[in-house]
Amino acid sequence: MQKQFVIAIRVSNRFGVLTRVSAMFSRRGFNIDSLTVSPTETDGVSRITVTMQGDDYARNQMIKQLSKLNEVLEICEMKSDSSVIREMALVKIKCDSATRQDIITTANVFRANIIDYGTDSMVIIVTGESTKLDAFIKLMKPFEILEMCRTGAVALERGEDCLRHKDMEYINSLKINRE
Amino acid sequence: MKLSGAQIIVEALIDQGCDTVFGYPGGQVLNIYDELYKNSDRITHVLTAHEQGASHAADGYARATGKVGVVIATSGPGATNLVTGIATAYLDSTPMVAITGNVPVDLIGRDSFQEVDIMGITIPITKHNYIVKDIKDLGPTIREAFEIAKSGRPGPVLIDVPKDVQTASTEWTPQGPSAKRPMAHVRDCDVETAVRLIDNAKRPYIYCGGGVVIAGASEELTALSEKIDAPVGCSMMGLSAIPTEHKNALGMQGMHGLFASTRSLAASDLVIACGVRFSDRATGNKSKFAKDAKVIHIDIEPGEIDKNIEVQLGMVGDIKDALSRIIAAVESKSHPEWREQIDKYKQKTASIDVTPDKMRPYAIIDVINKYTTPEMLIATDVGQHQMWAAQRCRFSRPRTFITSGGLGTMGFGLGAAIGASFGTGQKAVLITGDGSFGMNLNELATAVSTGAPVITVIMNNGVLGMVRQWQTLFYDKHYSNTVLDRKTDFVKLAQAFGADGYRAASVSEFETAFKTALEKGEPAVIDCLIDKDEFVLPMTPPGGSIDDIIVRKKEISLD
Repeated sequence: MQKQFVIAIRVSNRFGVLTRVSAMFSRRGFNIDSLTVSPTETDGVSRITVTMQGDDYARNQMIKQLSKLNEVLEICEMKSDSSVIREMALVKIKCDSATRQDIITTANVFRANIIDYGTDSMVIIVTGESTKLDAFIKLMKPFEILEMCRTGAVALERGEDCLRHKDMEYINSLKINRE
Repeated sequence: MKLSGAQIIVEALIDQGCDTVFGYPGGQVLNIYDELYKNSDRITHVLTAHEQGASHAADGYARATGKVGVVIATSGPGATNLVTGIATAYLDSTPMVAITGNVPVDLIGRDSFQEVDIMGITIPITKHNYIVKDIKDLGPTIREAFEIAKSGRPGPVLIDVPKDVQTASTEWTPQGPSAKRPMAHVRDCDVETAVRLIDNAKRPYIYCGGGVVIAGASEELTALSEKIDAPVGCSMMGLSAIPTEHKNALGMQGMHGLFASTRSLAASDLVIACGVRFSDRATGNKSKFAKDAKVIHIDIEPGEIDKNIEVQLGMVGDIKDALSRIIAAVESKSHPEWREQIDKYKQKTASIDVTPDKMRPYAIIDVINKYTTPEMLIATDVGQHQMWAAQRCRFSRPRTFITSGGLGTMGFGLGAAIGASFGTGQKAVLITGDGSFGMNLNELATAVSTGAPVITVIMNNGVLGMVRQWQTLFYDKHYSNTVLDRKTDFVKLAQAFGADGYRAASVSEFETAFKTALEKGEPAVIDCLIDKDEFVLPMTPPGGSIDDIIVRKKEISLD
């Protein structure tokens, strides 16, 4: 069954690491929906968060194949029921005196902020789960979106569990669920 | 001690215990070659005719010895010529370190003369690769490269060194060879499960792959087979892991596997797969592969578990250790009915063995078997001759069969045979075809100039036999570009290179030539004329299963 997965990877921040990670997806024939890279609590270590579509097979293969890369320190799926997964979007919307108030009202409902405000356009920042961003963007469409960009998901596990504590046991435990 | 980058490269190679490197000089590795010149008493450089040959030689050296093979090439075309060799090593998990020169750091990215991004090019075909832009990183990088190449599932590692890094200098202290990273060990609970599965099996089958050879687990594999009374079928890469003559050895399994081996796998109720990756050439139609069997898969690499075949029990860890623990935990078994069934399978093909005097592939190989000793190496190229060799050659020691499995690289054999011979000091017999041989025959020059005792046996049918076989079976005999119709005289060609050349039109002529060449122990080429319509059989058509297997040519409708 096709699902969306979020995979978090801690990598040594060395030359070419992003190429290696993204090349692994194309080489194994899987698609990346989004990919973010950021610094972490540890110097020299970056965290890559990838979202991908696929079945259990695709997820397991990607995790196992990525774990082979020399720079990959730890890797784990961020499951939606045990993780906080968030994304951010910047949306530039065309506006005028007639539409401005409607846009602001909608933004308030989504707890989105206006970070650039002009006579003909405004830029709204909205954060949340992907579905929330999808909903907000859908509502903004009638007002004419001039341009927009989304960051892709970032994710942390809830509770004390940390990615840096994962080991090979986790990778070897990956099974294909046939139910 | 302060050394230049080029000195560090050579010192680091020696520090790693490397005594032989293969390569080809060029503009951006001149400094390295200058150091090789100065240190020629400590490290041997084997100059090949082409960088691809050097990469296959390093690969063959590594396959035959288990040590890391090293190849050096210059930037640009030198580096790209290594690509096929590196990919070949990658697919067959050979430990190899490739060192390439590159243009100076400040010229990188400017499309300078002979500049390529070899690191970018080789990312998908190396276990890891580097470009060293700071001299301080050079020593540690070489150490890490060797460590990665030989640890776990081995593989090729490339180090790209810009010329100014070779001329810069820094401190160097030898530290001795890099240690392998600690191996994973299979879990106790998985050993218990494996024992339970073996206890419940009535028709167990051990499926042995190249991982067994690499892990040095031949003895354990043979011991397990004896203890649980299970036959052993091999992937092509696993062939030398169990002596061909062993009573439990069924030989190669898969698309061109021996009938008894492939048939027994299909009939088994438990497949114990060791160090295999269930390639499509080995499994055929995956949904019908060993469909009544449970599968235990032991491999050092987690990514191989469930990759091609979903298994009941995946055991990730060192195969040698895993097999020893299973042997210790399992009780001896006896499966007389299963053995009887397998004997029947064996009889089915017993009648189609050779007609001894006819110049046919098996007859040629039988002569090779007659005169080669256990420690001699058999190398092949890729095609029909390779399958005949895999089916018919006798092996009694691991690492004596040097062949390109995963990538299927035509032109692999000659370079690899030279490298393997250098690594072991043994004679090597290269079984090749006229197509494959034509690809890298320039390495005959290397064999002659180095005196490598490589006897090349060309199964010369004047066609690209394997492709022709497919065209016969699946493309209505449209022999598109597979009839070579070349006028190459391989005897004269060998002589032109300075090697001995023989032509054999009959088995007795071949026997005389082969015996003479082997005794002489000098580079030789024996041109064996065989029929262009020889088939490799049995054959399971691509995507087929045991139900589709073709055993005899007369089963094929060729109208």
